[in-house]
Amino acid sequence: MVEPDGRPDRDGAELRVVGTSLPKVDAVAKVTGRTKFADDLFLPRMLHCKMLRSTEAHAKIVSIDTSRAEAMEGVVDVLVGEDLPIPYGILPVSQDEHALCLDRVRFVGDPVAAVAAVDEETAFDAMHRIEVEYEPLEPVASVEDALDAEDPELHLYGDGHNVHKAVALEFGDVDAALSEADLVQEDVLFYEGNTHLPMEQHAALADWTPEEKLTLWTSSQTPHYVHRALAKVLEMKPAKIRVIATPNGGGFGGKSDPFNHEIVVAELARRTGRPVKIALTREEVFYCHRGRHPVLMWVKSGFRKDGSITGMHFRSFLDGGAYGSYGVATTYYTGALQTVTYPVPAYKFEGLRAFTNKPPCGPKRGHGTPQPRFALEVHLDKVAARLGLDPARMRLDHLVEPQSVTANYLKIGSMGLGRCIETVVEESGWEGKFGRLPDGRGIGLACGSYISGAGLPIYWNNMPHSGVQLKLDRGGGVTVFCGSTDIGQGSDSVLAYVVAEVLGVDPFEIEVVTADTSLTPVDLGSYSSRVTLMTGNAALQAAERARELLVKAVGEEWGVPGNRIGFGEGRVFDVEDPVRAIEFAEAVVLAEAAFGTIGTVGSYTPPKSPGRYKGAGVGPTPAYSYAAAAVEVTVDRETGETRVDEVWIAHDIGKAINPVLAIGQVEGSVYMGMGEALMEEMTYRADRGVVHRHPSLLEYKSPTTHEMCPVHTYLIEDPDPEGPFGAKEVGQGPLLPIPPAIVNAVHDAVGARIDAIPLTPERVLAALDRGAAGEEAREGPGAPPEFAWPEPVRVPPPWAGGDGRAVDDPRHIGAGGVRESAREPEGAAP
Amino acid sequence: MPGHEKSLPSGEAVQWRLRVNGEDAVVSAPVHKTLLEVLREDLRLTGTKHGCELGECGTCTVLVDGEPILSCLTVPAALQGREITTVEGMETADGLHPLQRAFAELGAAQCGYCTPGFLLAAMALLDGDADPDRGRIVEALGGNLCRCTGYLKIYEAVELAAARMRGEDAEPSEEVLYGGA
Repeated sequence: MVEPDGRPDRDGAELRVVGTSLPKVDAVAKVTGRTKFADDLFLPRMLHCKMLRSTEAHAKIVSIDTSRAEAMEGVVDVLVGEDLPIPYGILPVSQDEHALCLDRVRFVGDPVAAVAAVDEETAFDAMHRIEVEYEPLEPVASVEDALDAEDPELHLYGDGHNVHKAVALEFGDVDAALSEADLVQEDVLFYEGNTHLPMEQHAALADWTPEEKLTLWTSSQTPHYVHRALAKVLEMKPAKIRVIATPNGGGFGGKSDPFNHEIVVAELARRTGRPVKIALTREEVFYCHRGRHPVLMWVKSGFRKDGSITGMHFRSFLDGGAYGSYGVATTYYTGALQTVTYPVPAYKFEGLRAFTNKPPCGPKRGHGTPQPRFALEVHLDKVAARLGLDPARMRLDHLVEPQSVTANYLKIGSMGLGRCIETVVEESGWEGKFGRLPDGRGIGLACGSYISGAGLPIYWNNMPHSGVQLKLDRGGGVTVFCGSTDIGQGSDSVLAYVVAEVLGVDPFEIEVVTADTSLTPVDLGSYSSRVTLMTGNAALQAAERARELLVKAVGEEWGVPGNRIGFGEGRVFDVEDPVRAIEFAEAVVLAEAAFGTIGTVGSYTPPKSPGRYKGAGVGPTPAYSYAAAAVEVTVDRETGETRVDEVWIAHDIGKAINPVLAIGQVEGSVYMGMGEALMEEMTYRADRGVVHRHPSLLEYKSPTTHEMCPVHTYLIEDPDPEGPFGAKEVGQGPLLPIPPAIVNAVHDAVGARIDAIPLTPERVLAALDRGAAGEEAREGPGAPPEFAWPEPVRVPPPWAGGDGRAVDDPRHIGAGGVRESAREPEGAAP
Repeated sequence: MPGHEKSLPSGEAVQWRLRVNGEDAVVSAPVHKTLLEVLREDLRLTGTKHGCELGECGTCTVLVDGEPILSCLTVPAALQGREITTVEGMETADGLHPLQRAFAELGAAQCGYCTPGFLLAAMALLDGDADPDRGRIVEALGGNLCRCTGYLKIYEAVELAAARMRGEDAEPSEEVLYGGA
C-alpha cells in the first residue's frame, strides 16, 4: 500500500512511508468491529462487579451494613473500604485516594462498597441492599468556600486550609516592568470545567490464577502507572501483576489515573479466585471525571505602544474537586506556557488549587494550559484594540525566537508560529474581514502552543520515558513491542510507520504489540502529547540498530561496504547496482546466521531542561508545537446564540508522520475546543452546588454534527531536530487557540467582551444588555478571592544573568557556593 | 443458606428466534434484556458498542429491516421475524463494504468505538439516497456522537464511499489527505 513516489525529507532522502497519508495499521479491525475493547472481553466463570457510590457530597461514614447483600443468591463477595486500606494516587505527592472510602466520603459518586455476583443484574440489586449510615458534613462547593476557614477540611495535607497546592514564582522584576509600560491591561476571566466524555465507558476485567498471578485488562491510557498502583495497594510483587491496556474508546486524559474500579476488581478476583469484570455506567463516568479544572484567572500586563509585552503578572485559582489527581502539575501548567509564544521579559505567576466536594479534576486535552491560553489571547485582543493595532499583526511582530530560552527557563527549539499566523490570515481573508463584516458577523484570531511530552516523568527516576524492542524473524516478520497505548490517536501505527521507513518494509506487515506490562518495555503512557515524539525516537533507535545488523551481514555476504546497502519495497539492495537485491527475509536469515537471534532495543529520554528552581519540572519538553486559528462566527443579537461558521487553523507539527491522521487530530481538537467554548460544562446544583447537574450524554451538551462547521487545516512543517523525522505533537495543541479565537470573533461581531466560557446565550445577552445600558458591554467574573500568597521563588531570567536557579538556592550562581543535593524536582507531569 | 433473598422474577429466560446478519440465531434471555445485551453477551457480536444505554448517543445503532434503531432501547420481543444487521454483517464476499474501506482510508475511525454505529447509520442513508449532499449526511448522522473526529472525516468518508458505490472511480482529494495550502 506504500506509494513508491515518497516525499523527500529534510536531507533530501526519499521517504517512502513517513509523510504519506496511509490508513492506520488497526483501521480494518476498527471498521469491522473486531477491535476488542475492555468490555468486549469475557472469561469463563466471570463475575460482575458493581460499586455503591455515595449519595452525600461530604460526610463521615458511621456504618456500612452489607449483610443483606451478602445473603443474596448469586452474590459471591462484597468489599468495603477497610478491605483496601492503602492509599494511592497518580502523583507521589498526592496519595490521597482509597479504592473504597474508608471513613469519609468527599463527593456524590465517591465509591463506598463493591459487590461481585454471578451476573450484572444480581450485582446491581445487591448493591442497593447495602445500607450506609452517613453523618453529613458541610459541603465545600467552590474555591471561595474552600478558603473559608469555617468550612471543614477535605484532606489533612497540602498548602493550607483546603488548599491542595499554592505556588508563587517570579522571573525578573515585574513591578518595575509594569511601571515602564505605555499601557497596563488588567483582566479577570473564567474557564468553566468540562469533561472528556469518551464514547467508551471505562471497563476493567481482572483474572487471578492459583499461582497468585494477577492480570488486569483495562481501558487505561497509562498501564504502567496502573501497574504501580496495583502493586502498592494490593501489596504484591510487580512481577506477579500484568496490566494490559485494551484499545481505549477515547481517552482525552480521562483514563490517565489509576482508578478505584481497577483496584476493586483486582482485589475481588484475588479473593474469589474468579475473573471479575466491571463496566461503568455513563453516570459513573461523569463521577470518575479528572476533567478540565474550572479556573478563575487574573492577569495584569504591561505593553509598549507597538504591542510588545514589558511584564506579566498572572494568577490562577483552580477548583480541584475532591482529590489530588494530577492537580499539582495542573496548577503549575496554568502558569507555565504563557512565555513560549510572545516574549515576556519579566513574569510572575501565582496559582492555587482548592479541594471541593465535587468529582476530582485532572488532565484533559491540553492539561491546564487551555484556560490560561484563553485568558492570554483574549487579553491580547483587548490590548490590540486599545493600541489601535491589528491583532494578527501585533502577534506577528512579537514572536519568541526559535532556539531561545524564556524568562521561566523553557528551552524553545523550532518555532513556526509566524508561519501559522501568516497562513490563517491569508487563507481566511482576514484583512478584508476583521472589523469589516456586517453587524452580527465577526472574525477572531488566537494562537497557542503545547508540549510534545513532558520533560520529566511523574515519579522521580533516571530511566527512559519510552522503550521499544524489535524482533526480526527468519521469515521476514518484524514485531515491535512498546508499552504505549493506542487511544485512537494512532500510536500503534506510528511505531509501524517509523520501523517500516527504516527497514524498507510494508508497515501493514509489521506486528505491533503494545500496552502490556509483561510483554512490552515501559512507555509512560498516552498523555501530554508525548507518544509520537518519544516512542517514535525509541522505535527509530531500535530500527536503526536492526538495520545495522542487516547491513553488516549483507555487506559481508556481497563483499561491499555498508553504505552501499539500501532498504525498500521489502527488499535489500545494492544502491550502486540495484538489480542486485534480496528479499528482506533473506537478509534477516543472513543476519541471524551471523549474529544469532535478531532483537534490538531503543529507548528515549528527553533532554535536560535549563530550569533548576522548585517548580521547573512543569513546562519543559523536547519540542513545542505551535498553532494559530482564525474563526468566523455569527451572533444573534436577539437570542444571544453564537454559531461558528468556519475555522482556519495552521499547526506547526515539525513533520507529519501521517498527514491524514494529523489532520484528524487537528479537526478533533477544533471540535473539542468549540464544544468547550460554546456549551460543555460540568456544573452542579442543589445541596450547596455539589450535585452534578447533568451526568448524562443528553444533558451534558456536546457538539453534534449539526454544530460542527467546516475546518481548513494547514500543516506547517519545519522539522524539529528533537523529533523522529522532525515530528512534534498534534493531539492536543490545536485545541488551544479555538476558545479564545471564538470569543475574540464574538467581540468583532457584536462588540461584546465575554470573559467567561462557555459562551452561553445568557452570557452574550447579559453583555449586550450592559452595552445597551451604556455600561461596558462585558460579561465575566469580578475580582478574584483574597489569598495570602506565599513568598515567590525568585529566579533571575537568563538575560539578567540567571542560571536557572532561585536566588535563595545555595547553588545559585550569585550565592557563591555549589552544593549539589539529590532532592527531587517537584511537579513533574503530563 | 437461611435468609437468602431471591432476585427478581423477571430473570426468567424466554427463547427468542432472531435473524442476525442473514443467519438464524436462537437465544434464551429474560424479556427485559435489550437487543444490545443479547447481541453482545449472548451472541458475542461485540462489534455493537454501548455509550450510554439510555438512547442518547447512537453508539449502539444497528439496522432492523435496513432502518437504523438504537439497540439499547429495543427488546428482542419486538424483532421476531425481522432482519437485524450489525457491523459484523457489513462485509461482503468481495471484502470490506465501501463505507468500511473509506472510513479506514481517511482515518474516520480514530478510537473506533462509535464507528460501528456511524457505519450502519451511513449505510441506511446511502441505501435510500445514492448521492446525498452534505446537509443530508449531517442530518442522517445527527443522532450519533463522536468525540474524536469532529465528524469531518466521517462526512468525507461517506461521500467517498457513496461515489464509489455509484460506480465512480473516486479517490480522496489532496486537501482531504494532506491539508490546505
